[in-house]
Amino acid sequence: MNPLYAPRRRKSKIAMALCLGATIFGLAWLTLILFTLFWNGFAGLSVALFTQMTPPPNAQGGGLLNAIVGSLILTLLGIGIGAPIGVFAGTYMAEYGRFSKITSVIRFINDILLSAPSIIIGLFVYGAVVVPMGGFSGLAGALALAVIALPVVVRTTEDMLLLVPTQLREAAVALGMPRSYMIRKITWRAARVGLVTGLLLAVARVSGETAPLLFTALSNQFWSVDLLKTMANLPVTINNFINNPDPNWKRLAWAGALLITLAVLSLNIVARSLSGGRNPK
Amino acid sequence: MTDMILQEGAAAAPTNVWRAKALASFKVGDSVFKLLAQIAAATVLLVLGGIIISLIIGAWPAISTYGVDFLTTQRWAPNARPNPVLGGLGPIYGTLVSSLIALLIAVPVGLGISIFLTELCPQWLRRPVGVAVELLAGIPSIIYGMWGFFVLGPMLADTIEPAIVDAVADIPILNVIFAGPASNLSLFNASLVLAIMILPFVTAISRDVFNTVPPVLKEAAYGLGCTTWEVVRRVVIPYTRVGVIGGVMLALGRALGETMAVTFVIGNSFRITGSIFGPGTTISAAIASEFAESRDLHQSALILLGLLLFVLTFFVLAAARLMLMRLERKQGI
Repeated sequence: MNPLYAPRRRKSKIAMALCLGATIFGLAWLTLILFTLFWNGFAGLSVALFTQMTPPPNAQGGGLLNAIVGSLILTLLGIGIGAPIGVFAGTYMAEYGRFSKITSVIRFINDILLSAPSIIIGLFVYGAVVVPMGGFSGLAGALALAVIALPVVVRTTEDMLLLVPTQLREAAVALGMPRSYMIRKITWRAARVGLVTGLLLAVARVSGETAPLLFTALSNQFWSVDLLKTMANLPVTINNFINNPDPNWKRLAWAGALLITLAVLSLNIVARSLSGGRNPK
Repeated sequence: MTDMILQEGAAAAPTNVWRAKALASFKVGDSVFKLLAQIAAATVLLVLGGIIISLIIGAWPAISTYGVDFLTTQRWAPNARPNPVLGGLGPIYGTLVSSLIALLIAVPVGLGISIFLTELCPQWLRRPVGVAVELLAGIPSIIYGMWGFFVLGPMLADTIEPAIVDAVADIPILNVIFAGPASNLSLFNASLVLAIMILPFVTAISRDVFNTVPPVLKEAAYGLGCTTWEVVRRVVIPYTRVGVIGGVMLALGRALGETMAVTFVIGNSFRITGSIFGPGTTISAAIASEFAESRDLHQSALILLGLLLFVLTFFVLAAARLMLMRLERKQGI
């Protein structure tokens, strides 16, 4: 081999081996985390998990029913508040103000909100909702989740509406369709799959959030669906149970963590396969 | 003949009225719809404004009591008599140091993975590995925290940390940074968990920007006889530098504000020990563990910490977005 070329080749081989090593290293950690989760979580899975309330400390058995139901309520309500606002805001950005300065400002701000620390959102809702209402409440928790879901929905809605070909809009308007009618019947419909994807991603994003619920919805040891009182939810329950020496609580916490992770992963996979089928990027 | 014309005229009159009515109702619906869209768009801006204003209002008592001293005081004694002594230096230090170490670990590994994915990986393996990495970015942070607490912490404290402590015991500066005793709860453990958490972000973004390099540039370099590493080092990385830095900043923004994963493993100690194997705290961990039970000035000081964190992440994220936007513009041309 050429004496000038050989060292260069060797250097390249070493660098590429390091890259391969980095991949194995990174994936190994991530596999280890998932393995730990499944190992500890499966032990706690049972029918009682879905049918019984959270147990008192140092008791046997029990489940996570109130926490699961509370999480579902908080998530649905949060998405129910955040998603419509997000869809309308994204619609404004893609349809009405596509080329205006204000849209790029909104997009910039939205991108920052998208990655803003979620605990800050919790502080905001604490100051804006919990203090004026005089106490922790499920409603405050749902609002915090809505604020977290909002930027996700805005982002995907705008992206998906921008993919709709302009010719469709022009054809509709040429037929005399009013603009709002055109948006509802043509662009939203054409981007339907994308909009659903955005919703699923938003649900996946908020369903694992713990930090903003710590001081908004707090948690609740008992069954409660009253939105104005503290409400049990999976993430905070896991947080409280895992930090306790009681082995029964620990078992439930791992099972709950497995539930959340499975839910988030399957939502992500469904969202991905939806958007992958229709809009290959 | 005349009859028909008359009839048509008679029929035309109500049609015009109906049409006018229909158009008017469309007009109302149209403007209501537009108004809704405008209000929703304004909501995004209002949320940001609301966050800033509510944080400033909440932090005001602490700002007016401690002023700039808050940034330089290390003591955190919410129950001190007669007045609580509260300084933010400990959490600020912990936030910066843990994020920095996390970046030092995650960036080389993440870049390595994305180089592997874009240059070496066989085509059929690219999508599965890429999707796996992206899915891992979605795992809730509390899971990472639990894993760090039960698995990584004991592992570090039993094996790696004592080994490093012994190895550097006689080297000046290093024996302070890596001083024992090793514990389950430490800045280093938190940094490692953070590094693993932001790894998917770094990887996904740098892979995406590496894919924007025009193939013709790489082909030209290969045509000149460059090795794979030389193509990466001399063509791919210079071409995508801005995007990679943007992605790293985005990951930094995540690391700075990450709460649950850190709260589990950092030990929540406000004292700065100087050793990364000692316990510490970050802004978000301090808020997460103390806020629900805090009152008055203590609470206000925690909100002030939150405000500082928000300002910090705002600038980091804004810089990241500006860099990524610059790259997108370059691509557009």
